[in-house]
Amino acid sequence: MVIPEIELKRLGSEYAEKYGFRDPEQYVFKARKGLDREVVEQISWIKNEPDWMREFRLRALEYFQRRPMPTWGADLSELNFDEIVYYIKPTERQGSSWEELPEHIRRTFDRLGIPEAERKFLAGVGAQYESEVVYHSLREELKRLGVIFVDMDTAVREYPDLVKQYFGTIIPPNDNKFAALNSAVWSGGSFVYVPEGVRVEVPLQAYFRINAENVGQFERTLIIVEPGAYVHYVEGCTAPIYSAASLHSAVVEIIVKEGARCRYTTIQNWSKNVYNLVTKRAAAYRDATMEWVDGNLGSKVTMKYPAVWLMEPGARGEVLSVAFAGDGQHQDAGGKMVHVAPYTSSQIISKSISKGTGRASYRGLVKVHRGAHHVRANVVCDALLLDEHSRTDTYPYMEIEEEQVSIGHEATVSKVAEEQLFYLQSRGLSEAEAMSMIVNGFIEPITKELPLEYAVELNRLIALEMEGSVG
Amino acid sequence: MAEQTPLFAIENLRAGIEGKEILRGVNLVIERGEIHALMGPNGSGKSTLAYVIAGHPNYEVYEGRILYKGENILELPPDERARMGLFLAFQYPTAIPGVTMANFLRLAVNSVRKARYGEDKALSPREFRRLLREKLQMLRMEESFASRYLNEGFSGGEKKRAEILQMALLEPEFAVLDETDSGLDIDALRTVSDGVNRLFNPTMALLVITHYQRILNYIRPQFVHVMLDGKIAVSGGPELAEELEEKGYDWVKSRFAEAAS
Ligand SMILES: Nc1ncnc2c1ncn2[C@@H]1O[C@H](COP(=O)(O)OP(=O)(O)OP(=O)(O)O)[C@@H](O)[C@H]1O
Ligand SMILES: [Mg+2]
Repeated sequence: MVIPEIELKRLGSEYAEKYGFRDPEQYVFKARKGLDREVVEQISWIKNEPDWMREFRLRALEYFQRRPMPTWGADLSELNFDEIVYYIKPTERQGSSWEELPEHIRRTFDRLGIPEAERKFLAGVGAQYESEVVYHSLREELKRLGVIFVDMDTAVREYPDLVKQYFGTIIPPNDNKFAALNSAVWSGGSFVYVPEGVRVEVPLQAYFRINAENVGQFERTLIIVEPGAYVHYVEGCTAPIYSAASLHSAVVEIIVKEGARCRYTTIQNWSKNVYNLVTKRAAAYRDATMEWVDGNLGSKVTMKYPAVWLMEPGARGEVLSVAFAGDGQHQDAGGKMVHVAPYTSSQIISKSISKGTGRASYRGLVKVHRGAHHVRANVVCDALLLDEHSRTDTYPYMEIEEEQVSIGHEATVSKVAEEQLFYLQSRGLSEAEAMSMIVNGFIEPITKELPLEYAVELNRLIALEMEGSVG
Repeated sequence: MAEQTPLFAIENLRAGIEGKEILRGVNLVIERGEIHALMGPNGSGKSTLAYVIAGHPNYEVYEGRILYKGENILELPPDERARMGLFLAFQYPTAIPGVTMANFLRLAVNSVRKARYGEDKALSPREFRRLLREKLQMLRMEESFASRYLNEGFSGGEKKRAEILQMALLEPEFAVLDETDSGLDIDALRTVSDGVNRLFNPTMALLVITHYQRILNYIRPQFVHVMLDGKIAVSGGPELAEELEEKGYDWVKSRFAEAAS
């Protein structure tokens, strides 16, 4: 795939202009700061949830309170749970047309180009603003085929059996501190169900927007892909720039059944005050394929290691991860592959770029359970440093309990070569253009996997990051 | 005497790298419509001169000037020089993984075109593709070349062709070809030389760095210079190249030593 050339020159705007704007706070309900039983009960009450969900939340809250902060990975010491608002209801009800939304919210999504993208190349869109999904749509023909794409709260009400069967089974509430937090206060997110044999050829997209200061967003996504089905789900996320920290802590659970395939693409571009602590995990059954394509550009701190549990022979897992850590950012990203069954295969390709004081770390795990013979697993992590101060680390964990396996691992660290910059500049490219081009080339193995529009978006975001970087 | 600014002039250029002086007083004047050849033994400083002309940031200039259209360009970054119409075909072109020729070339062509001919002179994707196809044909290169990654895995000859392809698209007024002939097979040398000749016009000038007489049979210089130890030791007409081919550099060295002593 050839990505159309981008006129880097025209990109005069910065994050602040394009994504960093904020709306006045006009809410139907805003919880008080801090987290306790009362806040959780309140969320559940406002959502008018069944008892089992309320109990699920309260149990999770206990797990959350009991668990210590993780001490590995990124520095979370500045994250103050008492300063965060855990739930904001922005509108009275959800719209199925953009016109139904309050003016300021509609304008926000317009500026972010979501309605336009929907018209052009998406099969369905969910748009979340603060804690609730304010807009949802799915093409009629997909509805007729039995595809379900609704927000998670609606799913709890309208598809209780399906939700109850799978919710919290892939990532139990006590999995880790942030999964517990999400399980206690989750709101919004997507529920996707693709019936047997149905192929959703155009992507479904969810867009997450935080607007208020000091707020947490805790969406919860559950995707079920029945045998032989296919779906590509894409999420994008942005927020205004505040000095106080915001928190985004999502849980994404995916079940990919026999012969099915699911691809989950993220372009994370949070503003640089957001802690992005996300748990994503999929279970892939016989001959199923799960692919995580993960682009992390924004946030102050990201800790995210999309995982695939390869449950039955023939299952295949893939993580393609790009992380860009600019000044003051720490991207701690990677992937996990857990080979439970024999004859399963996995691949993790991670490309990280560190600029200025930015730090990008690869953290990954390949685990092969006893009895999972004839496993093939491959890990490639390449780091690119843009200048003297930038930093990268690699933590490639391997836990192999079986002998008859084939495991590959390669890691490279490189600097942007002066010779490359000079070569491109000697052809008339400015230093920033040359940098962007080298970086885009570096991540090309991943961008070529993206739908064109997202590839262009990713390259454009990198060009934006690069503008400030050269003097 | 008709006082006219030459297209390109080097005045008493002393330059080096990491404190090591390599160019030790180079003087050269090149007028529009001229082709100059620069020869000289390995390590004498030919590529260094080419890099300094193009503005490689690692080279230090201790003294002297490089005038392009009368302006001293030594303070300008390489991209500005390129946008003024200077071009260097590299002896060892650099690979840029993941960047396709087409993407790179379009950005390069348009930044140079906008600077030289005006903001509105950028090519649309369609116009660019047409131009690219035309130049590829001229150099007998496969169209699929455009979707390959820049210089990555290119054979020696392919790299050299790709350099001339870039020259064809960027339409420089002054181009330095650093050993473009080495690595080309006999047919490729002819194709590439034909290409260069077709690009050449009386408003531009060329400096052709080479070790061999052969390319000069196709791209015919009016002047031949021999660099020895960071200086232009001898200059002459095309016959000088033939003489060198016959006698080797020792002959120049001894003559230069005599002249210097
Ligand atoms: N980065 C560098 N560090 C140290 N010495 C250098 C460097 N680059 C070039 N030199 C030295 O400068 C001298 C001139 O090199 P240059 O490449 O200009 O020669 P040349 O005339 O182009 O040779 P050739 O015909 O082999 O291409 C050589 O002695 C070379 O080793
Ligand atoms: Mg040389």
